[in-house]
Amino acid sequence: MPFVTFLAGRIFKALLVIVAIAALNFLLIRLAPGDPASVMAGEAGATDPKYVDMLRARFGLDQPLWKQLALYLGQIVQFDLGFSYRNQVPVIALIGERLPATLLLMASSFVVSLVLGLGLGMAAAGVRFFGRARWLDSAIMSIALIFYATPLFWLALMMVLVFSVQLDWLPAFGMESVGANLKGWARIVDIAQHLVLPTLALSLFFMSVYVRLARAAMMEVMTQDHVRTGFAKGLTGGEVLRRHVFRNALLPIVTFAGIQLGQVAGGAVLIETVFAWPGIGRLMFDALLQRDYQLLLGVFLVTSATVIFFNLLTDIAYRFVDPRIRLEGGAR
Amino acid sequence: MSNRVFKTSKTRLSRTRLALAGLALSALSMGAAAQTKGGTLNGIVQPEPPTLMLGMNQQAPTIYVAGKIYQSLMTYSPDLKPQPELAKSWVMSADGLTYTFELEPNVKWHDGKPFTAEDVAFTVGTFLRKTHPRANVVLNRYLASATALSPTKVEFKLKEPFGPFLLLFEVSTLPMVPKHIYDGTDYATNPANQTPIGTGPFKFKEWKRGSHIHLVKNENYWKPGKPYLDEIYFRVIPDSASRALAFEKGDVQVLRGGDVDNVDVRRLRALKGVTTTTAGWESYSPLAFMMMNNRKAPFDNVKVRQAVMHAIDKNFISSTIFFGLAKPANGPLASTTLFNDPSLKAAPFNIARAKELVKESGVDLSKSPVKILSFPYGAQWERLAEYVKQGLEQVGFTVSIEPADAGSWAKRVSDWDFDLSFNFTYQYGDPALGVARHYLSTNIVKGSPFANNQGYNNPKVDALLVKAASSTDPAERGKLYTEFQKIAVDEVANGYLAELQFATLYRANIKNLVKTGIGLNETLDDAWIEK
Repeated sequence: MPFVTFLAGRIFKALLVIVAIAALNFLLIRLAPGDPASVMAGEAGATDPKYVDMLRARFGLDQPLWKQLALYLGQIVQFDLGFSYRNQVPVIALIGERLPATLLLMASSFVVSLVLGLGLGMAAAGVRFFGRARWLDSAIMSIALIFYATPLFWLALMMVLVFSVQLDWLPAFGMESVGANLKGWARIVDIAQHLVLPTLALSLFFMSVYVRLARAAMMEVMTQDHVRTGFAKGLTGGEVLRRHVFRNALLPIVTFAGIQLGQVAGGAVLIETVFAWPGIGRLMFDALLQRDYQLLLGVFLVTSATVIFFNLLTDIAYRFVDPRIRLEGGAR
Repeated sequence: MSNRVFKTSKTRLSRTRLALAGLALSALSMGAAAQTKGGTLNGIVQPEPPTLMLGMNQQAPTIYVAGKIYQSLMTYSPDLKPQPELAKSWVMSADGLTYTFELEPNVKWHDGKPFTAEDVAFTVGTFLRKTHPRANVVLNRYLASATALSPTKVEFKLKEPFGPFLLLFEVSTLPMVPKHIYDGTDYATNPANQTPIGTGPFKFKEWKRGSHIHLVKNENYWKPGKPYLDEIYFRVIPDSASRALAFEKGDVQVLRGGDVDNVDVRRLRALKGVTTTTAGWESYSPLAFMMMNNRKAPFDNVKVRQAVMHAIDKNFISSTIFFGLAKPANGPLASTTLFNDPSLKAAPFNIARAKELVKESGVDLSKSPVKILSFPYGAQWERLAEYVKQGLEQVGFTVSIEPADAGSWAKRVSDWDFDLSFNFTYQYGDPALGVARHYLSTNIVKGSPFANNQGYNNPKVDALLVKAASSTDPAERGKLYTEFQKIAVDEVANGYLAELQFATLYRANIKNLVKTGIGLNETLDDAWIEK
């Protein structure tokens, strides 16, 4: 039962946090000068102030702020994210259209960066552990440092130049071939091809973080007593590394993995922009520039819910990684 | 993995090659037909607009895409002469108060219903008066009534004569909308706004937000045998460098002016098989200017404004900041539009003269530091702000630059909360349509960034502009506008900088792309791809 009470408590807390976030965001974005009506009037070349007033009235922006906030929170608790002023489409539909693209990119880059990062990190720590081929450690760490320090958008553009423009191996933009009308497997292969470059560009940074994290954590565990005990009771080096070192080194990695998932859920604006990936990060950025309040709040809300969800997952994962950590009931 | 990817892309290549060969064969068998039918055109829609309902949104990308779906009664040649489109012919009464249009028969909306004079009367007389952000002002002021006399005859009655009335029937200003869909509904929330229905050669098929807009050929288009293209894709690629790469790679074949930075235009136009033109912008003729807030020091003093114009080198701005894709403006009217006075001379670049003028003005510049509100539409405008800052500092101004995004800029200019900023506006062929709005004192109103935001107020200019707008005699109008231009330049009603040129880049096998004064905003029913 403690697991159920833990979960119930956390979910209750999460809901409170989400409402608080909604209210705070609502007030924060009003601090930016301009509103959707003035942006739209600016774009349209409107010469008539009455036109702008009419837009404002239509969006309900002529109401006092507290009234708008109350209205918005009322909507939220009914799971209604409202209507995008600009696009004249329900917010939930706009987000629903974009979320799958972001989730796909997020999942693939998560897996790639975690697998590559842990693999290389373990290799780097391993060669030090066994005192062999130290140059491999230096090589891996240098690569990690380079990717850690390279700006994402530059890396992305260079990848397009090399793999797409020069070599013509991979498509450069979008999520699938526009106008190809592919079905079934052909479509999956097509999307997978489009996924390669953005995934790589997004993964390399996080990969280098995992490499450094995994290596450091393992090196620290290596010096501990239970490792010496493992050897003493006759385990081979590989077994010690896998069972006694790696498992104990996992905790900081799980923490960071949780953070990464949260971050990418907010959309990787730069990567989505360079690769014209139709994800939620671009939706958010456009909504911000256009002061599309309802849409922006909707994206904030969905991403903060995702972050909270992944935090919860991380907490649960801790328990499996390290049985000493217990899950306690929520409200205490 | 990479091997497999390589293979599939290769098979795709050979498949397209086969398809191309097939098309070439069929073209050959058709004999000596000049235009080849078929093919897909890929362009870019940038930035992605909120809607394609042209009667409600006037963003440049909306006009570009929706210009294939909607049509107006006329279009305009490069020298801005009206050409028939949905209207076959038109007559103006002697008093300039009544216009009668004869419409094309046999025109159908995309949903199959016939297009008639009722639709025109509804669009102009009712719909656009309410929804159009720009034309509503003109319609409400001048139009008395729009009446369908017969299914193919429509009559407009004006309250007073309006010189440029025949220049209004361009697709972005008066796009025809279907009465049977909009009449009696709430226009703003009508679900049909999501699936626009027009009379144009291309029909709306699909809009995948964040990815592309897909238009397909209208099989029942009223011009027989047209359009030539099968479909058009407008792709959403948010990064300018990526757009340049997409063109280079061949994913898109047409770049509209502004799709890529001017610095990339230079590189791309040099590629093999790429054609460039700056034609097709005559009706819009965007003119860049500097707004100085006439309400407060130091720009409330006309001598200080004149000094500013001597302190900057317009040739440098055109050749370097805009990479040669501009030419110095000599006044408020672009040289490509009607009534520009070519004999007018702009203030020459002369720092010494600028200093003199400041001295004569008696204004102590150190007491009124100037903030330049940057114009958030691309890198060249930031460079321009930096250049103007340097120029003014040489004369003795204290200058700083304030960054802004589009929303902040529009808000602050609309509320007159700036010292100096930049702007460029479309001229729509006639001073009464695109230019007068910046100078009429009746247009000193808050709430729009495209009004008389600098607060210029001269009763004489008001009288000239009003008189010229309501005259239908081109010679008389020309005289009035010549006088207006002289005053506007003398008093620096705005600081005229450059006539912007927008380069259209396209692959050389695309024919008949830019033909009229509205360029790529045209329906493209004539465009075809050489196989």
